[in-house]
Amino acid sequence: MNCRSEALEVSVEGRQVDEAMLALLHTILLHRSTGKFHYKKEGTYSIGTVGTQDIDCDFIDFSFVRVSSDELDRAIRKAVGEFKDAMGNGMDGMGQISLEFYQKKKSRWPFSDECIPWEVWSIKVNVVNLANEQERQICREKVGEKLGEKVINIVEVINRHEYLPKMPTQSEVDNVFDTSLKDVQPYLYKITFQITDTLGSSVSTTMRRLIKDTLAL
Amino acid sequence: MDSDLSPQDKKDLDKFIKFFALKTVQVIVQARLGEKVCTRSLSSPTGSDWFNLAIKDIPEVTHESKKALAGQLPGIERSMCVEISLKTSEGDSMELETWCLEMNEKCDRDIKVSYTVYNRMSLLLKSLLAITRVTPAYKLSRKQGHDYVILYRIYFGEVQLTGLGEGFQTVRVGVVGTPIGTITLSCAYRTNLAFMSTRAPGEDEGAYNGVEDSQEVCTTSFSTSPPSQMGVPGKEGGVPQQVPVQPCHGAQAEHRRVSSCPPADHVPATPSSSGEDAETSSRSVGVKSGSPCGLLETTFTRKVGAFVNKPGTKVTTASLDLPFAAFAPRAYDLEENDPMVQPPESSATSSPLQGSLHSQGSGESGGPAQDDFVMVDFKPAFSKDDLLPMDLGTFYREFQNPPQLTSLTIDVSSQSMAEDLDALPEKLAVYEKNIDEFDAFVDTLQ
Repeated sequence: MNCRSEALEVSVEGRQVDEAMLALLHTILLHRSTGKFHYKKEGTYSIGTVGTQDIDCDFIDFSFVRVSSDELDRAIRKAVGEFKDAMGNGMDGMGQISLEFYQKKKSRWPFSDECIPWEVWSIKVNVVNLANEQERQICREKVGEKLGEKVINIVEVINRHEYLPKMPTQSEVDNVFDTSLKDVQPYLYKITFQITDTLGSSVSTTMRRLIKDTLAL
Repeated sequence: MDSDLSPQDKKDLDKFIKFFALKTVQVIVQARLGEKVCTRSLSSPTGSDWFNLAIKDIPEVTHESKKALAGQLPGIERSMCVEISLKTSEGDSMELETWCLEMNEKCDRDIKVSYTVYNRMSLLLKSLLAITRVTPAYKLSRKQGHDYVILYRIYFGEVQLTGLGEGFQTVRVGVVGTPIGTITLSCAYRTNLAFMSTRAPGEDEGAYNGVEDSQEVCTTSFSTSPPSQMGVPGKEGGVPQQVPVQPCHGAQAEHRRVSSCPPADHVPATPSSSGEDAETSSRSVGVKSGSPCGLLETTFTRKVGAFVNKPGTKVTTASLDLPFAAFAPRAYDLEENDPMVQPPESSATSSPLQGSLHSQGSGESGGPAQDDFVMVDFKPAFSKDDLLPMDLGTFYREFQNPPQLTSLTIDVSSQSMAEDLDALPEKLAVYEKNIDEFDAFVDTLQ
């Protein structure tokens, strides 16, 4: 199965990283979450209701809609916080945060379950440092506009109605959806990130290459 | 076309389309109310949440939608549109965006109605939630209040985009294929936010429905680009005036719930609570009958910037043939009252010298010109009023009106001139006698 890959790129100021990432990740997850499934005896199921809420950004002239789920919000904020910490504070830098939706494929023992991604969103972030308040004010507005464009891009991709995992039976539901949350049910996802230092080389890709080379010997 | 669809599927599809249309309108209108929307997720379905989304149903909005649909469904060449416009407290209005729910002929016969179509409609509503926060009208609607409100109008039939001005942009929210056609949802939004007066006189309550009221006009949102050539119907010789929107001192307008009327009706009139009648009445463009030159005369009133005293003058086209005539010197009576020219009278003079100098000066020059400018309390820049007997201000005042040079006074000069003329021949004779001396002098110089 081919994995659909979409890339987005934003340039933000240091203090805007959190909100920009939250805005984009939540917009994607809004479209990739359903209500909780309740399976009935005859093999049919009913779906819970997804609520939404408006979030205003403090450092960006932008508002976005996210799923009303504190648990989901906490999980995303945690990942974004780790990304931000890894990016460092006050320094120009580049990084990439990836939101990957995957399906689990059960394998026979002793092999562990396979994770097969079906959609990957890569958000490249350029962090800039601004000298004065006037520039910051302009940045607030500009980044707000850019995020708006990214939301339109996301919606465009989603509405192509390309591959989505089949709706699972009760026994398979955990292979497709994250059923750990109380109120909503997003598709199984994982968030990873990699940081590029200012020289442009990626630390993790270098490591990966080293390991691959070692194994190839 | 529909023959492949089972009766149950057809019935379900019609129901889905109907509720999809109703929910679409709810999402759009709620996004323009000016408040943040928040609904709760429920793990157990209530059975009443269409498309598994918690979207509130505002009864008035549902009522308006059903009225517009009038028992029909959106279909091919039967689009459902929600028009969002802005209306100021002075009654000027401007269309901001039009959301269109349309259907085209492209059918997807293999798609499962009860499952795929339903889920894709749910996805499309989520996309609509996201996109409604991204178009420019969202920010405007969040700031609505005292000075302007956001209104909505639902209509069914042909899409009308002419009110959006030139250069409007379109964003596609998404599509859902169905066995009877493809549903598309898009938004056309205005980019040229230059304001123009679109009020018609004698307006009644009409098609627009109040959504919410609150606060300040965001003047920064309005550009200074020239207005598009939108003629106001029924106004002969009228020219749309570019009126920069300014902060008004309107009173709090109450939340309006106006019933809708057929689209041809006018925008509801807003009570002009600012009390600036001259501006209000002059903004409507009309024909003056009985004008002296017999031409069509239109009245303009100059819009004033903040903190400027209103001129209270109406400049007619007849007087505008001079370029920059508006800046030409005003009538003398105005100047008399202008505080900048005539400083207020002050009883105190800051220096005893000033009075004496004035009287001396006025006597000699013979004109009251200097009395027009009374230096009441002169504090020259950069001078210190300290202990020195002669500070800059005193120095200035003392030497402000120096006496005239004697040689330049008329009496003396007129006398000497006559004398000079008489003495001239004698002098010439003397010079001719001494001509050799003069020549020798000139030689020594060379």
